[in-house]
Amino acid sequence: MTRNAFLRRITPQLIILAIVLGLNVLVFPDFFDVEMKNGRLFGNLIDVLNRGAPTALLCLGMTLVIATKGIDLSVGAVMAIAGATAASLVVEGNHWLVAVLGALSVGALCGLWNGFLVAFLRIQPIVATLVLMVAGRGIAQLITEGTILTFLDPGLIHLGAGTVLGVPTPVLIWLTLGLFVAVFVRRTALGMLIEAIGINEASSRLAGINSRVLLVCVYVVSGIGAAIAGVIVAADIQGADANNAGLWLELDAILAVVIGGNSLLGGRFSIVASLLGAMIIQSVNSLILLSGMPPEFNLIIKALLIIAILVIQSPKVGHLLYILRASAPQPHPKQLPPLKENLR
Amino acid sequence: MIRSTHLPLIVTLATFVLAYALCAWQYPSMLSLRVVANLLTDNAFLGIVAVGMTFVILSGGIDLSVGSVIAFTGVFLAVVLRDTTLHPLMAFALVLVITSAFGAAMGSIIHYLEMPPFIVTLAGMFLARGAAYVLSTDSVPITHEFYDALQQVYWKTASGGRFRLIGGVMIVTFLVGIMVAHRTRFGQNVYALGGGSATSRLMGVPVASTTIGIYAISGGLAGLAGIVFSLYTSAGYSLATVGVELDAIAAVVIGGTLLTGGFGFVAGTFFGILIMGLIQTYIVFDGTLSSWWTKIVIGGLLFAFILLQKGLTWASTARRKVATGFVTPS
Repeated sequence: MTRNAFLRRITPQLIILAIVLGLNVLVFPDFFDVEMKNGRLFGNLIDVLNRGAPTALLCLGMTLVIATKGIDLSVGAVMAIAGATAASLVVEGNHWLVAVLGALSVGALCGLWNGFLVAFLRIQPIVATLVLMVAGRGIAQLITEGTILTFLDPGLIHLGAGTVLGVPTPVLIWLTLGLFVAVFVRRTALGMLIEAIGINEASSRLAGINSRVLLVCVYVVSGIGAAIAGVIVAADIQGADANNAGLWLELDAILAVVIGGNSLLGGRFSIVASLLGAMIIQSVNSLILLSGMPPEFNLIIKALLIIAILVIQSPKVGHLLYILRASAPQPHPKQLPPLKENLR
Repeated sequence: MIRSTHLPLIVTLATFVLAYALCAWQYPSMLSLRVVANLLTDNAFLGIVAVGMTFVILSGGIDLSVGSVIAFTGVFLAVVLRDTTLHPLMAFALVLVITSAFGAAMGSIIHYLEMPPFIVTLAGMFLARGAAYVLSTDSVPITHEFYDALQQVYWKTASGGRFRLIGGVMIVTFLVGIMVAHRTRFGQNVYALGGGSATSRLMGVPVASTTIGIYAISGGLAGLAGIVFSLYTSAGYSLATVGVELDAIAAVVIGGTLLTGGFGFVAGTFFGILIMGLIQTYIVFDGTLSSWWTKIVIGGLLFAFILLQKGLTWASTARRKVATGFVTPS
């Protein structure tokens, strides 16, 4: 994708983000103030980046999954499982790196399971991931034995609440991973192959794409992303809460992908736009908090946001707009720029 | 010969009988009418909502908003009965109209804007839960003599089991659901829609009114389930019944309805509900097992039934392939 096309792709998201941030400034004039205190950056903007980390990490994998015409409902439950795994490993006296690796492998395993159901047993994604969504929290409670496992390991806590060079660690983690995934799928043919599966799996297989392995990989990425998010959330509260960790976050992640302008019917996707979508959601949350509106309105505003975006994205409405535009008076041929300009 | 469309229903029935036999063998007191009565009472709201979900899934859709609609109904009733002098029966009628209209609105968005039901009902789920929050974030108790009167309606058996009104409401809902699904034109349209939207349109099925009707029924039954739930708990709480939509979907699948739509029975859902209730009852009887095992076992059952459905679809496609040499892409 050329630079221009890329900018045009993410323009709507940038405009929405600018509007929401502008509203934030209206209700809270000091919104953009960022200051250094005790070697750590403080400010509302940093908070948005920091609090948005779990959603951003989830929507990385979710974007890829949705691009293959799938959906991953289990990410919230996988977050709970990963958080519980990390906490229980650290409580047993393992090094925090071992705990993180353990959590990541559990996340990858969950993704492998989902991918296996979708790619090899050919179960529809919404149903296949529903199994883990229902059973996942039970498994997480099995690991924590029904309690909220608390830990005091400084290494693990640093992942959720610490800073590197003044920047909160979660922000660094999601920015780095987001950049890595975005560049990786676009600098290789991988992104295009994933889009091909989403547009038509049968024809992509006939074109020589190993769609099964790729599908499994996509769900594994989603699982690993969810595991990282789960570890961050657990580290932030210094405990693993099997019931509430990542509750409803799968919906936020799907919403972020939809706001990012990615079609739920698969095909073209943009990781950067999804990440911007995650930040838009977090900015809306912060707007609701800062404006002193009762937090009860949070869900209603989100719902109206989804409905508005759905209406805009709807093929019927798009068709209607197309007809309106086509039936508008055509510009006179003379007004067209010379052919030479067009060619250049 | 057993037709393959009946096989999931038969497997569900066999699972239920086998599970109940195992439970009764281990704890003979589980055979008592008291346990049966409680099974019906405790799962009444879930059963009612699962009837609506069966229709939605039969048509090839999904409704994620039902849990939130139940919570909204409960809070709405509690707030209305607290702040106004409206008779509960009027409030019931009002809330049923609201929830049916809500479902119909989602159905129209799904049909006219051609959006996936999953994402539309997800928005509906946020909206209904948000509306419940806005009405009240606290748990509001319901104290009304009419409620007390309704709660006193039960049929007591000799062994002390109490068949309450709400269990009866669930059974009536199931009976009506079975009649509608198998004996009316609307029911046939639902099955046709699940077989394929384009095909059914060519067959002359009124797709628009059927789709809207299905989601209106699901919304209305969620409202009825909300009324039953408020009778069951005597309170309205906006955080109640989180995740009930998943339980309802699980019950429908365990009841043998194909998630791709077109195949299944409302009666199967009834046994799906009973199986899920049985798991919970068993865990209560056992006492040493923790409650999280419920989720894991239900997840496992869900997986087993999805596999069974896949196997059946695969077997019937393979048979068609052998018979004709061709296979229609599914």
